[in-house]
Amino acid sequence: MEKESLVKIEAVCPGKMELAVVQEKLSRAKSGPQYWRSLEELAQSDGFFEMLHREFPRQASVWPEGTSRRDFLKLMSASMALAGLSACVKMPLEPIVPYVRQPNEVILGKPLFFASAMPFGAYGSPVLVESHEGRPTKIEGNPEHPAGLGASDVFSQASILDMYDPDRSQTITYVGELRTWSDYVVALKGALNTQKALQGAGLRILSSPTSSPAMGSLMEQVQAAFPQSKWVQWEPVNRDNVRAGSQLAFGQYVETRYNLDKADIILSLDGDFISSGFPGFLYYARQFAARRNPDLKQKMSRFYSIQSTPTNTSGKADHRLPVRASEVEQVARAIAAGLGAGGGGSVPPQYQKFVAAVVKDLQAHKGAAVVIPGDNQPPAVHALAHAMNAALGASGNTVIYTESVQVKPQDQTAALKDLVGEMNAGKVDLLLIVGANPVYDAPADFGFADAMDKVPLRVQHGLYQDETYDHVHWHINGTHYLEQWGDTRAFDGTASIVQPLIAPLYNGKSAYEFLFALVGSSETGGYEIVRKYWQGQIKGDFDAAWRKALNDGYIADTAFPAKAVSSKGGNVPAGNRISPDVMEVIFRRDPLIYDGSKANNGWLQETPKPITNLCWDNAVLISPNQAKKSGLVTGDIVEIDVNGRKVKGPIWPQPGHPDNSITVFLGYGRTKAGRVGTDVGFSAYKLRSSDAPWYAETKISKVGEGFGFAHPQGFQYIDFSDLPGGASDDLYGRHVIRKATLQDFIKNPDFAHEGAESVPPEMTMYPAYQYTELKWGMTIDMNSCIGCKTCIVACQAENNIPVVGKEQTMRGRQMQWLRVDVYYEGGTENPGMYYQPVPCQQCEDAPCEIVCPVGATVHSTEGLNDMVYNRCVGTRYCSNNCPYKVRRFNFLLWQDWTTPQYKMMRNPEVSIRSRGVMEKCTYCVQRIAHGRITAEKENRKVRDGEVITACQQACPAGAIVFGDLNDPNSRVSKIKAQQRNYNLLEDLNTRPRTSYMAIVQNPNPELETSEPS
Amino acid sequence: MREGPEEKTILQDMPWPDEPPVMMPGQTYGTVTDTIADAVLKRPIGVGWLSGLFIAGMLVMVLLVAVTYLFIRGVGIWGIEIPVAWGFAIINFVWWIGIGHAGTLISAILLLLKQTWRNSINRFAEAMTLFAVACAGMFPLLHMGRPWLAYWMFPYPSSMGVWPQFRSPLVWDVFAVSTYATISAVFWYVGLVPDFATMREKAQHPLTRKLYGMFAMGWRGSARHWKRYESLYLLLAGLATPLVLSVHTVVSFDFAVAIVPGWHTTIFPPYFVAGAIYSGFAMVLVLAIPIRKYYHLEALITMRHLQNSAKVMLATGLIVGYGYFFETFIGMYSGSTYERFMLQNRWFGQYAPLYWALILCNILIPQILWFPKMRSNTVVLFLVSLDVLIGMWLERFVIVVTSLSRDYLPSSWGHYAPTRWDWAIFLGTIGFFSAAMFLFIRIMPAISIFEMRQLLPEAEVKAE
Repeated sequence: MEKESLVKIEAVCPGKMELAVVQEKLSRAKSGPQYWRSLEELAQSDGFFEMLHREFPRQASVWPEGTSRRDFLKLMSASMALAGLSACVKMPLEPIVPYVRQPNEVILGKPLFFASAMPFGAYGSPVLVESHEGRPTKIEGNPEHPAGLGASDVFSQASILDMYDPDRSQTITYVGELRTWSDYVVALKGALNTQKALQGAGLRILSSPTSSPAMGSLMEQVQAAFPQSKWVQWEPVNRDNVRAGSQLAFGQYVETRYNLDKADIILSLDGDFISSGFPGFLYYARQFAARRNPDLKQKMSRFYSIQSTPTNTSGKADHRLPVRASEVEQVARAIAAGLGAGGGGSVPPQYQKFVAAVVKDLQAHKGAAVVIPGDNQPPAVHALAHAMNAALGASGNTVIYTESVQVKPQDQTAALKDLVGEMNAGKVDLLLIVGANPVYDAPADFGFADAMDKVPLRVQHGLYQDETYDHVHWHINGTHYLEQWGDTRAFDGTASIVQPLIAPLYNGKSAYEFLFALVGSSETGGYEIVRKYWQGQIKGDFDAAWRKALNDGYIADTAFPAKAVSSKGGNVPAGNRISPDVMEVIFRRDPLIYDGSKANNGWLQETPKPITNLCWDNAVLISPNQAKKSGLVTGDIVEIDVNGRKVKGPIWPQPGHPDNSITVFLGYGRTKAGRVGTDVGFSAYKLRSSDAPWYAETKISKVGEGFGFAHPQGFQYIDFSDLPGGASDDLYGRHVIRKATLQDFIKNPDFAHEGAESVPPEMTMYPAYQYTELKWGMTIDMNSCIGCKTCIVACQAENNIPVVGKEQTMRGRQMQWLRVDVYYEGGTENPGMYYQPVPCQQCEDAPCEIVCPVGATVHSTEGLNDMVYNRCVGTRYCSNNCPYKVRRFNFLLWQDWTTPQYKMMRNPEVSIRSRGVMEKCTYCVQRIAHGRITAEKENRKVRDGEVITACQQACPAGAIVFGDLNDPNSRVSKIKAQQRNYNLLEDLNTRPRTSYMAIVQNPNPELETSEPS
Repeated sequence: MREGPEEKTILQDMPWPDEPPVMMPGQTYGTVTDTIADAVLKRPIGVGWLSGLFIAGMLVMVLLVAVTYLFIRGVGIWGIEIPVAWGFAIINFVWWIGIGHAGTLISAILLLLKQTWRNSINRFAEAMTLFAVACAGMFPLLHMGRPWLAYWMFPYPSSMGVWPQFRSPLVWDVFAVSTYATISAVFWYVGLVPDFATMREKAQHPLTRKLYGMFAMGWRGSARHWKRYESLYLLLAGLATPLVLSVHTVVSFDFAVAIVPGWHTTIFPPYFVAGAIYSGFAMVLVLAIPIRKYYHLEALITMRHLQNSAKVMLATGLIVGYGYFFETFIGMYSGSTYERFMLQNRWFGQYAPLYWALILCNILIPQILWFPKMRSNTVVLFLVSLDVLIGMWLERFVIVVTSLSRDYLPSSWGHYAPTRWDWAIFLGTIGFFSAAMFLFIRIMPAISIFEMRQLLPEAEVKAE
């Protein structure tokens, strides 16, 4: 075999190649390339270099040296003629050989799935990566992983786009000029030699925090080699308060973990525990949803939320108390006092009833109640929460404490402050920045960029040439987690190996390789580093364990055990208070762009944010009351003044927001993010100082108006008295949202069908369809849905849905096939919030089908409304006639046909739609086909749960169920048989196959009267 | 064919003493022929006509630019979106098709009803119809996402055995509009044949003679010619008559068959036909009043014609008003939440000013036509006609946009605003229409010569 292929290589390109040469070169491959395209390149044979220089070496040498004019002209004319031909197929430089014998696992056209994990913040998210012929195309949750349970979040879904982002840094540079890795290594060695003598006193590493054990060990090695060096961790959306709170409560930092499946009562103190990005989100969402099932009757959990900015978490609460961020502590103290857990003090009278009811309810459920503080609340609130959990007997039941998942946790703000001080004092000679962007996101009072400019040698390792790039000497392009070896821990400590799915697109270095160059060979690969570390950790047969870890996506039994800690009680010093008369500004991480590192991700930018449904911008959220008082309306531009630092942003009145308070989201206003994220929104970091990272006193003043928001949802209010027709119950009697309290549900389980008109199915002109084999259907449980929007991004990734941009979104042309409608109910101070995901309803009597003049949308034998893209001429009649407005039209050419990275990214099983074509949710028909074919090959029926749509797969709450309606035992059939099941716009007799489960809430009867109606 | 003593010439046909005559006294075969033909053959090309044609031509250029850009970029250059996926293109289509109704109504239905007063306005009304249908016909093509595949709408024997989807009203539209366009063109051309022969005889320049001669197809005016001609003309009139009713009925199905609140109404067919005739007669007046004045055709197009047109407008306007009333009544009476909301939204929603403007233009203002004094004032008639044209355009806007912008799920409600390209194409078609009319009045006899001659006392055949 080898001999054969060698002959072939020789036939194609000159230069001799012997296996021995390769092996010999490999053995001293210290200076060789890390990832190689061919054996020749690896061996760095002369022939290879000759071939690099001359594209057609053989033919080129045929031409005589002295070409006559006549020959030249002949040659030229032939070249011109052939130029057209050669443009058709661009041959790669290397000799290519198709799969003569296919690699064991690869079957062309059949995707492979690899388990891995995405490091995000300091925690890892378990993922399964779908790979088509070596190209990762889609991220799924890993069903095997104990902390992921098969679900995924928006960030992991969108990470595939990050990897293929054409704006990623593609080269190593030195003050903007191209350099090679070896150039850098030489420069680094010089600097390190100086540092060696100083024991590393001038060496500082600034990196984002990590939970990677191998990285931790690497840092220890660095510390050992340079004892005086320091590792500073920084992420703008940090958990310093959580750590400080833990210190206050226990005298040490412990990781807090919740068992929401055991919690009858959940009290959130501004906690956002079921939104993407919260550690353990996937796990909590699933547990939370499971306990919210009304069929549990009295065991259904009750959720109180004391919240500042409304989030998708607080939207799920049975009772909400909008409170200014700076007042949460006060309320927490009162509740803690009621529970005998320290605290004390008084609360304003309007909160007293709520506090009393919560205290009573919590006390009645000792051992089955939990208090969850928000990451952005001051340490005192965390300490109070710990004390309350202790008083409630939660520890060991609903709350577990473990050792820190993050490696060497530190007070990041303090560490960064020290670093700035040292840099200003000229004590830092060599600064390595790994995966952080402090020039953009450091606290505004630090003056980080100026301090940094005083360091003699500054090196950045990262994925982007971002804001920090302008201030460094060396920039080393990094690798995405899908391109590198690594490891990480999930929120419960379960370790996963990060395995690469593809060779680095731009020959980047992983953070492991980059840091290893400080202490070892600059050519050691991430694979060796990570593997070596785990060789020291795993006992027994390492190879088998390693293979199993890679296969499963996690290393078994690495979750941290519970740790016994005792709370010191709730007598903690008060955090910083803001006088009730002064307006506060709340800083929050963006639900989708996070801290700004995701700003160049078009999918995340275009996904409407939870609750507000805004996209492509950050807004200044204000309560409608406050807006009216301040004479502000939507789109007014205000100047926010925090201690003389000023930023301008547009106003968005947000129902449920506390008064005398505004919220701004971090992560926008990037100046060097890339083609998508640059100059989008305003940077709230400019206001944020180290002493008030999450809320601060502020003044706002109107400076402009008429800002246009991209807000894809038309109307959000269930009753809206200022609109034509006046207020009416339930969206003009459309019965879109159906809900009841638990008591009412128990009394009348059929509440969802009362008052709504339904039409007998035989009321149609057309004969009924017969389904002999399969008949697909979907249910969406609105009681489980937590409005996190993961399904939207999953759908976008699976179905090659283009990004259209802000301007087109403003014009109502967003393309996402799935949307999550958010409706408010009741007054604007504290409205009820309901989430309703709306994919195509796949109607049985579909209004779209009969109006298409060319039959481009037709009923399939399995009940789907198939869209035939090739046949569509684009009259858009089907969209007009769709009462659910789920159809999306390619008004312009939105697909990027040219960027090569995107070609690799797309799902090869889904057509790329061009302009002028209608498209919509297909129930992931490619997955259905896949399941059907597999079943047919095995001569059996499609099993229940074998076909899983992308949205269903991604849903952390398990709200979406899909399956065969012809099978009475399928999960979807059973759910459809339940009384809570209802159809949207039932009275139109479209008979949708997507149906909804009505909402059941579990309010506290004592607070019922105070609920706004 | 006129026979018998009762067949008085239309000139004496005055139902009321103060009714203006169909043709002013003192006309003979010669004067009629000269008045009409000289406008084409003898009259020098004036500054007014030239500048009119220039402006219209510039608008045609705007149309060409807009259409080119449209084909390059796609329909996204317009203001349409989801939920309002139909916008100006469909509004303009329905509007132009409506205008195109008057011609055939005048030529065919009034011919069959022996309303001979129609003879002096049928020619240019038919021309107007043809040009309006041409304008309308552009839009279904332009509004497609992939216009190069428009032929898929036709039932041609495709090698893949794929047919249009016959349940869709858009397919019915294709048949209705193309049939109407064909019949209108044939009817118009057939009507022109004897006049082309007249022009051939009168033309001085050999080239002009040749051209008219070609189009006259060897018409010699023999009795046999006339016999065949008259039967063909009647036959075509008979064919065209149901089309007047069917075209706009089918166009209204585009809406009525859909389930959008505000579209899904059984009253749409009659109400659309009435609206079409309404706007068609308005366009006839808008064209007739200036042409009559500019080319001194007052003797042939008399106040009688203008007043009759005004009466037709008044009648059809009342039918349209009845349509509005019944839409409202049914919306309320049905008890349907969606219908009721649709009405509230029309009255008070984001497009409410347009709805009230439409009521003003289509219902209130035209009521002044009840007064004979107003009916005989050409300025008033001209302004009212313009007003009706605007009103009918607004009606289509209200139907298409207001209904779509707020249909079933409030979460999907949207707002439609046209872009400059929407306006460019709309104004462009107006330019195209005007340019075609400008050319028509200088190239062809704008009034039917032979039919006018039939009205003269000389044409009366005395039975011996």
